[in-house]
Formats: sequence, structure tokens, C-alpha cells
Amino acid sequence: MRPSPLAEVHEELGATLTEFAGWQLPVRFTSDLQEHHAVRSAAGLFDLSHMSQFVLTGPQVAGALDRALTASHSTMTRGQAAYSLLLADDGGTLDDLIVYRLMDQQWVIIGNAANWVTVARELTARMPRSGAALDDLTASYSLIAIQGPASAAILSELDLGELATTMPYYSIATGRVPTPGGKIVALIARTGYTGEDGFELMVGAGQAVAVWRAIEQAGKDHGLVPAGLACRDTLRLEAGMPLYGHELTRETTPLEAGLGRFVALEKTPFVGSKALQDNPPRQRLIALAGQGRRAARAGYRVLIEGEERGFVTSGALSPTLGHPIALAYVDLPAPDQGTEVEIDVRGTLQPYTVVKRPFYRRPASS
Amino acid sequence: MSIPPDLFYTADHEWVVDPGGPIARVGVTAHAAGALGDVVFLDLPEVGSTVTAGSTCGEIESTKSVSDLFSPVSGTVEEVNTSALDAPELVNADPYGEGWLFTVRVSDPTPAGLLDAAAYAGLPDVGA
Repeated sequence: MRPSPLAEVHEELGATLTEFAGWQLPVRFTSDLQEHHAVRSAAGLFDLSHMSQFVLTGPQVAGALDRALTASHSTMTRGQAAYSLLLADDGGTLDDLIVYRLMDQQWVIIGNAANWVTVARELTARMPRSGAALDDLTASYSLIAIQGPASAAILSELDLGELATTMPYYSIATGRVPTPGGKIVALIARTGYTGEDGFELMVGAGQAVAVWRAIEQAGKDHGLVPAGLACRDTLRLEAGMPLYGHELTRETTPLEAGLGRFVALEKTPFVGSKALQDNPPRQRLIALAGQGRRAARAGYRVLIEGEERGFVTSGALSPTLGHPIALAYVDLPAPDQGTEVEIDVRGTLQPYTVVKRPFYRRPASS
Repeated sequence: MSIPPDLFYTADHEWVVDPGGPIARVGVTAHAAGALGDVVFLDLPEVGSTVTAGSTCGEIESTKSVSDLFSPVSGTVEEVNTSALDAPELVNADPYGEGWLFTVRVSDPTPAGLLDAAAYAGLPDVGA
């Protein structure tokens, strides 16, 4: 199992660790719920060193990304970020990614830990032999995320206030994080997976501990707490964001997952585009809200008018909303918003209502 | 992880006090509470219902997962902890005290398969 570059910090903080995609990572530092609420009300600090990280460089990258991934990348401007998907020829999803354009000819791609090998292999295969160089930085770089409404204020404490006020959401810039040992260069992206404002910092693995400690110090008076993977999952679910292996799989297309706005069928053909155009979706991802405190979990059956029509992909008792929420795939035609359905929760049929996604949206002011 | 020496334990990470009766009290261990994460829902057996040692009698649910509850003893449910039903976080805060789950009027005063504190601490996944 691969230790995180931040393993000594986890130990010092008494984190509960878990194995995730071959990495040893903090599932929680103190309490899933406290960490969840801290991210919604102040800020949380996440170790995401397991995420796969790639740099692509060269004059041919822009065009090749358009043919390799679903979103339009050649039209991105410097400093822009875009959510995109890596598909197989049959339209099935191999991974979801964030693509950052650092410079005209330099790009960063961040993907899921579980798909590291697949993404590395496919990106290599989908880049031309010349004019596009791929570097896999997963093992040599660390990713640290600050998420929550206090994130910008915390960056300001780190003398990065100008960056925090000028960077739009879904952008990337280079910053210098002051630490007792000197300033550390980081790629700072205003992106995240929690539904809150926030920043993700890419730094060399050897500098991760110093950067983590500097952020912790800066966040001391802003309610910043270290946060684990358990709350990351409930946060992303409330925000209606898909998780690979649950809402996105080799057997599902991004159109079925409701991610059509990240699929640029009008651009140049890309891997999987023909399949998406030729084969109509067979299912649709819907959002469901329940009552009481008993959550539906992945794999539970969804019944509409007594008939089994689908299955839950993710479910939890929403810490922010106080009632159960779930995402589920259902056969077409999918039920409209407001439709009452049932989920078989370990033998008991629980009523759920089809609702709008996301379940939670951050207040506009932050 | 705390393992009080005066309780008995099961391999399913439950504790029981006075398993020989007449009234045994049951809860989950600090290890179980820690592994589950924040407990958000309890499904406890009804007062007056019959429970059998080693059989499922309810559920304990955290933000991350759900687990079956097993009764460590056989008998009739005497009382359930309504405070814990209303505030399941008591299970995390005080698993051996205010986070107790239910009591049983024991029908078989010689329950099998219980561990003492040292044996429980020696379980590989407890690793105290």
C-alpha cells in the first residue's frame, strides 16, 4: 500500500486511516459529521495525494485532447479549467477528469486514483507521437484541497489574497505558499468536489507537509479543520456530483449520468462520440429525497408503482439537509420531478421523491 | 481504544454487562463506534420482543455504512435506550455509558461465545 506524502501529519493528528485505490488515506480525523459541517460553514483541509496527476506539453496537445476527451479543450484559454470525461469507443466511461490549461502548450489533468493506470495508458495512446509529451506526476506530486466558504480568507492569510480575489471559479494559477522554510511554488486551482468555494494546491510530494502545516496555521482563526474521505463523499453527494465506480462506470455514458453539458458533440469527433450519437441512452440518473433517517445505499432497488425500475448508486443521510438523499439509475422513460417512488431498504420499502439535482447549492454570496 | 475490564464482549464488537442475568445490558464497543464513524440511526428491537444469542436484532447506521446488531444473549427485551434512539451520537460519545442500546431479561444464564476484555483486546482487528 502506498503511504501518502502526508502520512506523518495523519499520524500526528490521530486520523483513522483506510485503504483507497492502493493508497493509505485518512477516512476521518475526528468525526465525519463535524468535518462535513466545518466544510459547509468554514473550511476543511483535505489530503488528495492519491488523485492521479498528469502534465501534457507540446503544440499538438490541444487538438489531441479534443479527440481524446468529451469537452472542448482547444477553445480553453490560459488559466481555465474544464470538467471532462474519458470514454471508451462504446461510450462507456473510463474516468472523469479536470483539465487545466496552464499555458498555450501546457496542460494539467487530474483524475481518479482508482483509474490511474487506465488514464495513463489511454492518454499515452491518444496523444500523437510527436508534439505531445506526457508526464505522470501522481507519485511525485501531492494534492491538498482547502474547501469551504472561508477558503479565500485563508489564502489571504498566506499572502495569496490577490489570487483569491481575482481567480474565477474553475481556473488555475501559480502561487507561492510562504512556509517557515521559504516560499513553496504551487499550482493553485479554484476547483473542488464539495459544492463549496475552494482551492486545490498541487505541490511536490517532498513539500506537502510544509504546505499542509502552513495552511493549517493560516486557517486557525477561520475554523479550518482537517477533513477525511468520509465527509468528502457526503459533501459531493449533497452537491449532486458523480463518483466514479458509482454514478460513472464502464457501463454508463455521461449522457445517462446527466453530464451532457460536458460532452461537446459539435466539436471534432472524439473517442466514444459515435457511440453516443448512434445509441440512445438506456437509463437516466435521478436524484431522490427521502424521509426519516434511514439511508438508501448503493445497489438498493428502486421501485416505481411497485415495479423494479432501477438501482441506487449512492445514498446517505444528508448531514446538511437532515434527510436521506440518493442518486439512482432508472430505466427510461425516467420519472418526472415530484414523482413518488420506493426504495427497498433491506426489505422495507421506503418512500422517496424525485427531486432536482443538486440537493444542496451553496449560498450565492460565497 | 478503551475496553473496560468488567464487561463481556462478542466478536461482533458488542459488549454486555451481567450476561448471566437477570437483566443484561448491551451496547457496541468503542472500537465498533470508531470503525463505523458517526452513528446517525439506530434500529433497536422492540420492548417485549424475544432475542436470541448470535441472531440479528437490529441495525446501526453511520454516515458511511450500515451494520447488523446481534444480541449477545437470549431472552426478552426489557428496555431500549430511547435517548440513543433520539440522539444516536451518544453511541460515539459514550459507547459504554449513555450510548448503551438495550437490556434483556435473560432466559439462558449461560450464554456461549462471549469474550472477556483480554480476549476481546486480542482479536486481530481490535489490536488494543
